[in-house]
Amino acid sequence: MSERSGLGRVVRSSVFLAGLVIVLFWVGCALFGRWLVPIDPYRDDLLNTLAAPSAAHWFGTDQLGRDVFARVVVGAGPILSVAPAATLLATVAGTALGLLTGYVGGWLDTVLGRLIEVLLALPLIVVSLLVLVALGPSTITVIAVIAIIFTPLIARTVRAAVLAERGLDYVAAAELRGESAANIMFVEILPNVLPPILVETTVRLGYAIFTVASLSFLGFGIQPPSADWGLAISENYGMIVGGYWWTVSFAAAATASLVVGVNLVADGIQAALE
Amino acid sequence: MTAPALELRDLSVGYRARGAEALVLHGLSLSIAPGEVYGLVGESGCGKSTAAFAALRALPRNGFIRGGQVLVDGQDITALDPAGLRQLRQTKVSMVYQDPGRALNPSLTVARQIGEVYEVAGVGRSEAFSRAQAMLLKMRIAGPARVMRAYPHQLSGGMQQRVVIAMALAKNPALLVLDEPTTGLDATVEAEVLDLVQVLRHEFATSILFISHNLAVIGRMCDRVGVLYAGRLVEEGAAADLLSRPLHPYTARLIQCLPSGKRKADGRLETIPGFLPAPDDMTPGCVFAPRCEFADDRCRTIVPPLETQPGHQVACHHADRAQCTIAPAPPRLVSAPIAGAPVLRAVGLSKTYGDVRAVRDVSLALLPGETLGLVGESGSGKTTLARMLLGLEAPDPGGVIELDGRFVAGRAKSRTRADHKALQIVFQNPDSALNRSHTVRRLIGRPLARMAGLPRRQRAARLLELVGAVRLAERYLPMRPRQLSGGLKQRVAIARAFAGDPKVVICDEPTSALDVSVQAAILNLLTDLQASARVSYVFISHDLGVVRYLSDRIAVIYLGRIMEIGPVQAVFDGPHHPYTEALLSAMPGAGARIQLHGEMPSPAALPSGCVFQTRCPRKIGAICETTEPELADEAHAIRCHLPRAEMGRA
Repeated sequence: MSERSGLGRVVRSSVFLAGLVIVLFWVGCALFGRWLVPIDPYRDDLLNTLAAPSAAHWFGTDQLGRDVFARVVVGAGPILSVAPAATLLATVAGTALGLLTGYVGGWLDTVLGRLIEVLLALPLIVVSLLVLVALGPSTITVIAVIAIIFTPLIARTVRAAVLAERGLDYVAAAELRGESAANIMFVEILPNVLPPILVETTVRLGYAIFTVASLSFLGFGIQPPSADWGLAISENYGMIVGGYWWTVSFAAAATASLVVGVNLVADGIQAALE
Repeated sequence: MTAPALELRDLSVGYRARGAEALVLHGLSLSIAPGEVYGLVGESGCGKSTAAFAALRALPRNGFIRGGQVLVDGQDITALDPAGLRQLRQTKVSMVYQDPGRALNPSLTVARQIGEVYEVAGVGRSEAFSRAQAMLLKMRIAGPARVMRAYPHQLSGGMQQRVVIAMALAKNPALLVLDEPTTGLDATVEAEVLDLVQVLRHEFATSILFISHNLAVIGRMCDRVGVLYAGRLVEEGAAADLLSRPLHPYTARLIQCLPSGKRKADGRLETIPGFLPAPDDMTPGCVFAPRCEFADDRCRTIVPPLETQPGHQVACHHADRAQCTIAPAPPRLVSAPIAGAPVLRAVGLSKTYGDVRAVRDVSLALLPGETLGLVGESGSGKTTLARMLLGLEAPDPGGVIELDGRFVAGRAKSRTRADHKALQIVFQNPDSALNRSHTVRRLIGRPLARMAGLPRRQRAARLLELVGAVRLAERYLPMRPRQLSGGLKQRVAIARAFAGDPKVVICDEPTSALDVSVQAAILNLLTDLQASARVSYVFISHDLGVVRYLSDRIAVIYLGRIMEIGPVQAVFDGPHHPYTEALLSAMPGAGARIQLHGEMPSPAALPSGCVFQTRCPRKIGAICETTEPELADEAHAIRCHLPRAEMGRA
C-alpha cells in the first residue's frame, strides 16, 4: 500500500506531470520523428542554404540547406538513447557499489570510498575529453565514459542511504537467522533504499543529457552527420554573428527543454517520496 | 472567586491531512484551579498531546480549533491576535516536552537559554544571568555554575529536563503544561524529576496540566485526574479516588492492565480487546461500546453524558457496574524452570570499546524454561550484554558462551544454523525490527524457510500455526508493517523469533514502546508461549513491575557489572544491594525514596573499588574505594561489602 500511495502522489503532482509531458514529447520525436517530419533531415539543398524560417522550412535551413525543423525533431534520438543508457549503467554499478561499501564497511569501504572521492575530485568534462581522445569518440565510449563518471556519484548517495538502514534492527534480525551478505544487501536493504536511488537516477539523467550535448558540441560525442542537438550547435554557432540565429537557437532550446523536463520529473518524484 | 488557570469549554480540535479533516478532540471540557495539578491520562492516539497544544494554541500547522473556548487565567485565547498570543506565551504559559534533548538549542549554553527568558521580559543581560543561576539552584542542581557554562549535549537526560523545567518556570507562569516529562528517563532519574516537580509546585504555586500515559505517575503527582478516550473525557475525579474506585469500564480495565506487584503465576493480566476507533469513525453511541463488556443497545445508540457522582464525573450508562470487573484473575499454570543443566551459559563476558568498558566479566546461566530479568539504567551495559549473547557484538577474548553445553562462536556470522535457531531476539522497537518493504507473510515465512527446515507444504501450515500462536489474524498476512498497530507489529516480531523453535529468546524492552493495555497482551502472550514451547527468556527492562511479573530470577546490572542476582522474591524482599534498594524505592507506590548522589560515572573512567561507591548511600568507608566486593556463587548473590544483616529489606 505504501508504494502504491507513494506512486499515486507522484502521478497527482502537477510538477511531475508537466515534466512528463515534455519528456514524453521528445521521446515521441525520438521514436517516430523520422516518419513524421515532412522533409528528409539529412538531405542537402545547396541552392537553399541558411534560409530564414518560412512556410516551406518552419525553422529555416542550415549551411548545407538541411531543414532545421526536421533535424531538431529527429535530433532527440541520439541524445535520448545515449544519456539514458549511460545513466542506467551508472545506476546499476553505483547501487551495487553503494550497497557493498555501506553494508560490508571496513577496509572495503575505506578503499572504495577513497577511490570514489578521487573520481569525484576530477573535473568531469576534462576527464571525459581525455578518455575520449585516448579511446576515440564513438557512441559506446561516450556511454561508457558518462557511466563511469556518474557511478561514484550514485554510489555515494546509495551508501548514505544504506548506512542509515544498516543500523536498523531488521538487518540484525537477518544476520541472526544466518542470511548471507548478498541476501541482506539485495533482498532486505535494497527495497528500502529504492526511493533515493530513483530520485538520484532521474537527477543524473538530466546531467547526462547535458553532458552528452556538451561532448557533442566539443566534437567528442555523437559524430556527424547525425542530427544531434549538441552537434548542430557546434556546426553552426559561428553563423550567429551573421544573424542566422535559427541554425542554433532551436537546437539549444530543445536541449534546454529536455533537461528542464527531466528535472521537473525528478522534483516531482522527490517531493512525493519525502 | 479567582478564574481557573486553564479552562477548556466544549473544545473540539481536528487535523487536516490530504484534503480530509478528522476531529481528534470532541467537546472536551475541563478546568484547572489556581495551584492545582491536573493529570490527563490516556493511551496513545487519545488526544492528550493535542489537548496540551490547544491549551497553548500551539497546534501544528494542519491543526484547527473547530469549536469551543480555551481560557487561560480567564482570557479566551482562541480569539487572540499574534501579538496577544506572544504576550501570553511570554508571561503566562509554559510547556515542557517529552524529549529535553530536542527542546534545548544544541548550540547555545544553558546560561543563554535560561537567561533569554528573563531578557524577553526586559531584564538586562547580567541580571538575567544571575537570575538564571539562582533558578538552577532552585532546581536542586548542585554546582549550577558548571551547568550554566555547559551545552545541552554535555548534560545527562535528567539534568537537561531540569534545565527545561527551569526555563519553563523562569517566567513564573500561571500555567505549566508537562507533556510526558519523564517518559524518556530512567526510573531513578524519573523519580527525582517528579520529586522536583512536587516541590516546585508548592514553591511557585503554578497550576500544572500533567499529561502522561502512566497511571502510577499520574496518581502520585496529581490532585485531580481526567481520563481521555478517543478525544472525549470519559471520567474525571480526585486522583486517589479515581484510581482506587474507577467508575468507567475503560479506566477500570486500564488499571488492571498493570502488573502492579503480580507474578505470572498469579494469573493473566487484563487486556482491553479491540482498537481505538479511527478519528473519522462516526458510530453512534458511547465511543467505548465496541470494546466494553457491559455494552448494550442503549450504549450503542445514546452517547452517555458526563454525569456527576459524588466527587467524580463519569460518562457511562453502567457506571455502577465498572467495579464488577475488578475481580482477581484466576491463577494459571506456568512452566517452571527445569532444574539441571543450563540451556545458556556465559562465563566471563566483557566488552571494551577503546577506553569504554561497557560490560565487565559477566557470568550467568539460564535454565530451560526459565526467565532471567535483566534490570539496569541506560548505560548500564544490559543491551551490550544481550548483543554479545546473540553474537551481534563479539565479546572480548576470554569470554565464553555455551548453548546446551556446546561452545558457540562469538559472532553470529560464524555460528551454525542450529545456534541461529536456538537463540533469537525480540527487539524494543518493532518499526526498526521489521523490514518495512516486506509483507507479514514474508517477514514470518522467511525465518521459517531458513530455520525450520520444512518442506514447502508443511511450511505453509506451520506459518498459519505460528500466526495463530501469537494471536494474529490471517487477514494481516498480506499487509506491510506500516499498516499494523504497535502491538500487532510486536506480535509479528515475536512470531519471527519463534519460527525456528528457539531455546532462548532475548526480549530487549519488548513492551516499553507500547500502551499498557497492549503491553499486558504481549506479556500474556510471552507467558503462554513459554508454557507451550518451554523456551527460556532473557528479559531486559527498566520497568521493575514488568520484570517482576515475568521473571523467575533477576540480575541487577550497574556500569557493566552484575551487582545482584537471585530469585525474584529474594531480590524484591531483600536483603538488597544498596543500588537495588534505590531502584526499588523509585518504583511507584514504594515507601521513602532513596536519593542517589550525582550521576552514573562514565564507563570510560570507572571508579576504583566498588563501581557503585561514588553514589552509594550506605558506603562503609575506605574498603569500598579500594577493594571491589566479590559476587559469590550462590542462589542470591550480592556484590557488596555490607554484611547481609545490615542491608535493606522490603
